Amino acid sequence: MGLLADSKASRLDMKRISIAFPGVKALTDVDFHTESGRAHALIGANGAGKSTLMKVLAGAYDHYTGSISIDGKDVRIRTPKDAKDNGIQVVYQEVDTALIPNLSVGENIMLEQTVHDMKGKHLIKWKKLHQSAQAILDRMNVKVPTRKLVQELTLAEKQMVLIARSVSKQCRFLVLDEPTAPLSHSETEQLFRLIRFLKSEGVGIIFISHRLPELYEICDDITIMRDGQLVIREQLASVDQHKVVEYMLGSKLDGQFPRTERVIGEKWFEVKSMRDNDKVHGVDLHIHKGEIVGIGGLVGAGKTELCRALFGAAPDASGELYMNNRRLRVQSPYQAVKNGLALVPEERRREGVFVEESVGVNLTAAILSRFTSLGPWLSKSKEKNASGELIRSLGIKTPNEHAKVKNLSGGNQQKVAIGKWLLADADVYIFDEPTKGVDVGAKRDIYELVSELASRGKCILYASSEMSEMIGITDRIYVMYDGYVIKELETRNTNEEEILLYSTGGLLT
Amino acid sequence: MKAAEPVREKKTFQLVDFLYKYGTLITILLLIAAFGMMTDNFLSTANIINILRSISIVTIIAIGLTVSLAVGGFDLSVGSVASLANAIVISMYVWHGQSFGLGIAVTIIFCLVVGVINAFLVINFKIQDMLMTLATMFVFQGVALTYTRGATISQNMVMPSGDFATGQIPKIFGKLGQVPWIIIIMLLIVAAVHLFLTYTKHGRYMYMIGGNQEAAKLSGIAVSRYRLTAYLISALFATIGGIVLGARVMNAEVNAGGPYLMDAVAAAFIGYSVLGAGKPNAFGTFAGAVLIGILSNGLIMLSVPYYAMDIVKGSVLALALAITYYKRKH
Repeated sequence: MGLLADSKASRLDMKRISIAFPGVKALTDVDFHTESGRAHALIGANGAGKSTLMKVLAGAYDHYTGSISIDGKDVRIRTPKDAKDNGIQVVYQEVDTALIPNLSVGENIMLEQTVHDMKGKHLIKWKKLHQSAQAILDRMNVKVPTRKLVQELTLAEKQMVLIARSVSKQCRFLVLDEPTAPLSHSETEQLFRLIRFLKSEGVGIIFISHRLPELYEICDDITIMRDGQLVIREQLASVDQHKVVEYMLGSKLDGQFPRTERVIGEKWFEVKSMRDNDKVHGVDLHIHKGEIVGIGGLVGAGKTELCRALFGAAPDASGELYMNNRRLRVQSPYQAVKNGLALVPEERRREGVFVEESVGVNLTAAILSRFTSLGPWLSKSKEKNASGELIRSLGIKTPNEHAKVKNLSGGNQQKVAIGKWLLADADVYIFDEPTKGVDVGAKRDIYELVSELASRGKCILYASSEMSEMIGITDRIYVMYDGYVIKELETRNTNEEEILLYSTGGLLT
Repeated sequence: MKAAEPVREKKTFQLVDFLYKYGTLITILLLIAAFGMMTDNFLSTANIINILRSISIVTIIAIGLTVSLAVGGFDLSVGSVASLANAIVISMYVWHGQSFGLGIAVTIIFCLVVGVINAFLVINFKIQDMLMTLATMFVFQGVALTYTRGATISQNMVMPSGDFATGQIPKIFGKLGQVPWIIIIMLLIVAAVHLFLTYTKHGRYMYMIGGNQEAAKLSGIAVSRYRLTAYLISALFATIGGIVLGARVMNAEVNAGGPYLMDAVAAAFIGYSVLGAGKPNAFGTFAGAVLIGILSNGLIMLSVPYYAMDIVKGSVLALALAITYYKRKH
């Protein structure tokens, strides 16, 4: 079986790392260094480049420039195997992509050995395999039976199995990419115990997280990134949470948001104690007519789950919805639409559009009954007029309404996903990350659409993890953390720092 | 505001596109020409009517299957439901001496109940449609066998009591299985389903559900209700197929509907590509059935033995699927 790490301390240096992808410069001259036996926090807002940097370290790319060295000796890391040979192991957030669910825990832990170290042998010694796996789990003090199938494990246990696999081979540096996001409090405690043990064994931990308070529990050093560049590297004890947030945000971008004067009317839509399993905990909120209400919070805070629960798309959700003080019955999206709700979902291609269908078919999907005559018969001319009108007013770049949606760009697909609700004349529009993966020009168009809807007196719920959008477009903000709405803020009395601080669980005790 | 990029790539794939759209129809024409030249009476009116008659039952069952495919399902139980309908309708006349109308009504009602069970299982358990209907296929086949006690039902059959069955199959029922009615029923069903899927909002909703169930749900479409309807339509046409089959042969043999399943699947999948639809459609399914029918008929005329026929059918299906899936990826 593998040893954990050599007892001597070692030092990892990444120097002047740059990498570009078609159209984007993802990293610019980033320096990063850490040592074995320490836990190093790597922090940055969404899109700051921390995942890309770690992927470079893991050998996922071969077209970066810059150098990586261990203990002063240059090492070549261009493939995942290079990284592993140098003792660098990564546990990604999506644990299921790295595990084989229908094999046992033991087989999953010893996967690398079974694949690479057989050296012409064809028979597997089951007893030895399970013994080796058990020995690793014992040392880590993790109690999972090695003969259990991985598909029967909890998410936290799966993570442990992946960490066990990482340390079954030589492991000098272990990257944990947002490991705590899906874990409960006690599971997080268990993970931290394991991290402390690994530290004491001389493993260098690189820890990516959005939750600031827990960094102070476990990490020794911190590196903060922004827009693909290094901002600061410090001992964690010397920077407090406010400073961290300030470094993450940097200077602000202005001017891309439309400035409209809107009249905010009476309270129209109200939600009482909405909950969905362990993802949304008793959320109360209300929206006035013509008001844009933001749902702030980081990825995984429960924004998407809240949006789906409101729209009747979460089977286990419960809560009360009122429109103009009238109780709504919303058990399914079908009823939600009947009651005047509209949702533009986060996963556009999977949930928002019909990629194999034409632009016209997509635009009329939610309100098809309007385009029928003599009962259920579709009127192609009515449909054509309406979709042509929408294509023009939204500025959707398509040759005509017959083009298939899969041939459009991301921004135009999103316009189609929004466009299908514009004629529906809903009362409440729920937007879930509407500008995700959309270029700057289309973003502006989408902001304008949203405020245009608000000035027509609609209630808008706008969920986004971009703090600048919260400030730029909303009137009032609910900040979510771990499935709870932990703060309600008036947009004009707050700033990005404050939102981010609440989003990262700051100011909580 | 208009960009021309998305259209441009069409030119490079023109040949593939052309074959994809018109391949099936061209193949049908070529086959007609070839068989017409090689045999004397392939193109005679009698033979053409013969071909249409021979494909009518497959087509009716395949149209039902097409509707289940449209919502992204796959109803493998259609053959068994046809067997069941065949057994019930004949038994109604032979065993119970019922009238023409009542026999058909009882059959349709019973088979729709079976369809509801099928739909309930498929919709409520999150199991792939094909696997669940594979199970119900066996169940319904077993129900049909149990009902007939594993015997062929025919006029004047010997009952378990030792007496002869006294019921007669009405003359008018037999007409349903003869030209021209059998062909008219088929054409009416093809036309009705084509209009339904293409020109009504219900058809549009079904295609949307088939294209992206999650997006359809989030667009406020009552997904479960439409999937239930699709499976009911599928069961209904399988039942009509079984009834027409009974009228054609005037008895109910053991598992008579079973063999129609695979031909129906082939017809529906060949139909995907017809005229570039790229999805299950009634006209395409009809064209697929015509293609299979012409092949069988022509090859028999050329004295190819019947037992080699499945080789040809299978190859045609493989070719059609290859073209459809090649197109999807590109």
